[in-house]
Amino acid sequence: MRQQGRDFCCHGCCTVFELLQENGLGDFYRLADRPGVQVKQATARDRFAFLDEPAVRDSLLDFSDGRLARVTFHVPAVHCVACVWLLENLFKLAEGIGQSVVDFEKKNISITFETGKMSLSGLAALLTSIGYEPTLRLDSLEKPRARSAKGSLYLKLGVAGFAFGNIMLFSICLYSGMDRFSAPTFKPLFGWASLALALPVMVYSAGDYWRAAWLGFRQRAFTIDFPIALGLVALFAQSLYEVGTGSGVGYLDSLTGLVLFLLIGRIFQDQTYQRLSFDRDYKSFFPLAVRRVETAGESSVPLSELAVGDRVRLRHGELVPADARVREGAALIDYSFVTGESEPVQRGMDEVLYAGGQQVGGGIELEIIKPVSQSYLTSLWSHETFAKTRGPDLNSVLNRFSRSFTLGVISLAFAAGAWWWSQDVSRAIRAFTSVLIVACPCALALSVPFALGTAQRLLGRLNVFTRNANVLEALARVDEIVFDKTGTLTTAGNDSVEFCGSPLTRDERGWIHSLAGRSTHPHSVRLANHLMDEPTAGVESFREVVGAGIEGEVDGRKVLLGSEAWLKLHLKAEWNPAMDRSSMADRSPVHVAVDGEHRGVFLLGNTVRDKAAGMLEELSERHELTLLSGDHDREREQFQALLGQRARLHFEQSPIDKLTAIETRQKAGRSVMMVGDGLNDAGALRQSDVGIAVVEEVGRFSPASDVIMEASTVPQLASLLRFARGSVAVVWVSIVLSLLYNVVGLTFAATGRLSPIVCAILMPLSSITVVTFACAAVNWTARRANLFGSPNKEHSS
Amino acid sequence: MTAIYLMLPVSLLLALIFLIAYFWCVRSGQYDDTHTPSLRILSDDAGAVKATSIPTENPSAKNS
Repeated sequence: MRQQGRDFCCHGCCTVFELLQENGLGDFYRLADRPGVQVKQATARDRFAFLDEPAVRDSLLDFSDGRLARVTFHVPAVHCVACVWLLENLFKLAEGIGQSVVDFEKKNISITFETGKMSLSGLAALLTSIGYEPTLRLDSLEKPRARSAKGSLYLKLGVAGFAFGNIMLFSICLYSGMDRFSAPTFKPLFGWASLALALPVMVYSAGDYWRAAWLGFRQRAFTIDFPIALGLVALFAQSLYEVGTGSGVGYLDSLTGLVLFLLIGRIFQDQTYQRLSFDRDYKSFFPLAVRRVETAGESSVPLSELAVGDRVRLRHGELVPADARVREGAALIDYSFVTGESEPVQRGMDEVLYAGGQQVGGGIELEIIKPVSQSYLTSLWSHETFAKTRGPDLNSVLNRFSRSFTLGVISLAFAAGAWWWSQDVSRAIRAFTSVLIVACPCALALSVPFALGTAQRLLGRLNVFTRNANVLEALARVDEIVFDKTGTLTTAGNDSVEFCGSPLTRDERGWIHSLAGRSTHPHSVRLANHLMDEPTAGVESFREVVGAGIEGEVDGRKVLLGSEAWLKLHLKAEWNPAMDRSSMADRSPVHVAVDGEHRGVFLLGNTVRDKAAGMLEELSERHELTLLSGDHDREREQFQALLGQRARLHFEQSPIDKLTAIETRQKAGRSVMMVGDGLNDAGALRQSDVGIAVVEEVGRFSPASDVIMEASTVPQLASLLRFARGSVAVVWVSIVLSLLYNVVGLTFAATGRLSPIVCAILMPLSSITVVTFACAAVNWTARRANLFGSPNKEHSS
Repeated sequence: MTAIYLMLPVSLLLALIFLIAYFWCVRSGQYDDTHTPSLRILSDDAGAVKATSIPTENPSAKNS
């Protein structure tokens, strides 16, 4: 951003600068009287009037006692320290505002305010006026404000750590021979104290393992939690027996240490990207309210109250809330949220608009023809795919392995018990529990979270964010890849702007740049970006004709940019286009005229992403490739060449078509990965085994998916998949490694030498070596898969 | 060595106090956002926010 000859990183810095500039450094506190803010506020307040309706208000407020209330807004514009400072000093800007606390990662602000002096709409208007417009979407009404599971995990970890530390102090005394040379009475005392400390760990900290094991047992799916729970029970039972009979102090140090390590592993794995949401559907981008035209004027109504036949008014930048017919004005609809297609389409009177499109240009009036929930796009969410909740992945490496592992351990324990049963019952029981204790797959359970968690972090550095660590396993299994075309394989990059006509002078390019810079129309924006390096000049008598073009005077010259038909009306001389029409087939033309003379035409097209060809070639060696596009098939040949002759290409696919196409391939036994971007891919992304949502900028809207990936990383897809396969291989090696430890432990158990001290040494030793190996090996795999390799080096050199 | 009979409960009590303090930290939301406080310290008068604000309860106290 540029203001008064200075560059600012964001709106926040700019506002802070303005405020300080106008008021002097010390006078910030008198800001409440600042008229500018309040004028802007008054106009904005109208837009947020719907917030004061009781139903909307109550569902938005976190807390209210009649006098004070608290609300949490999502403010995506939060960008830097200045933003935090400004927003947390909000109380100085208006009366009635109490504390405001910003959560930078989530980009949330929670504000406490006095309901008598400040309304919710006023608050939203105030935020908007200082440049932080809160996003109010349909899903902000139904957000389950549940406490994060993270908090309780920290508490469990705290309890386990507390118990482990104290039990270890007792145990070290005993291991170092304290009971032998001093009073032997300490042994039972320490035993009982340890038992008391271990009890909350068993009940509270390990609670999730009991639940998971019980669930697995009922479903006959022996996940890794099952042998862990068995081992924990065996450890506790053995310890209880030893302390109770006074024969020893048991394995309570190992037990609590085990739980502690497991919980650390969980926290490492459960790392989430708070600023991203992997579960967004259409509700998180549809507005909360629309402006309905009524006999008495306009009013702001919640989207849920919108009925068929209602007339709504849309302004520039607003979304079409439901399938509707144009009743007034020229609609220029940008469907990029829906299809990824960045070119806006023009729709005239009485034509149908589909929900999800964004109006660019002037205001229009629409008549709703279908309820919000049954629109072309939103009806996709009523498909059964969205009703399914995905259970635990029973196919994951660890769970597949643990099934046979669990059965093996249990039969081994019974065999050992049966062997001794005839001779010595107590020894039989001891052998039984020893096997369960030693086979407790602690290192095993830790190797996966640490290996995949590390891989997840490495991918995060590449701006590839996975929903959870298990997604990596699914990535490694993929054997068929489905691409969306527009926005995924192709991009509306600046290189794809081409000029046809006699070459422009530097001055002329500067004029066009200045003029295009004044408009927010996507074509103008792209043109301005394309001519970024050219000089700019002041534009006078600027005018934008919706659906036609823009005009203005630069350096005394009259410059026009726009459609052919519109330009013709303004040309002095008759102009006969003698240009090759075929080259314009799939590109949008922007004609240029200077002083009534046609100068040429800019062709804006979509180009295939840089380096995509190499990536596709590498992918096609191992994977079957498919292209599903909503577009016309005029580019079929180009893409057939790009994806290889074996690739299947389908054009003119509706959102539901895409979903069923994926379903069919899955029924044929394939593991399908979908790479797409728009909402029209949402069904396919959801149905596929791995859905990758491509975004131009991380944090922007993306449909529900397993992976969110920055568009610039798309060419790295091949090395990404290679890395995922490498990481899963590391998991297998870690499993073998931890099995070796189990075998060593079992030999101790079989020869009756499994003393508590051996257990206390073996358990952490195995865990730490396996975890270290897993992390190091994944890092090495990343280097070998060239994950960060060549592109970065090329940059620096 | 009989001192142990006294030291043991005392040391456990001390550790328990720390555990309770930790519980209070987690519950009052100090672990909910670990990033913003590092930015807040960069502005000069961060303390002024609390000094002038109307009395409110803790941001996350309602949830607990």
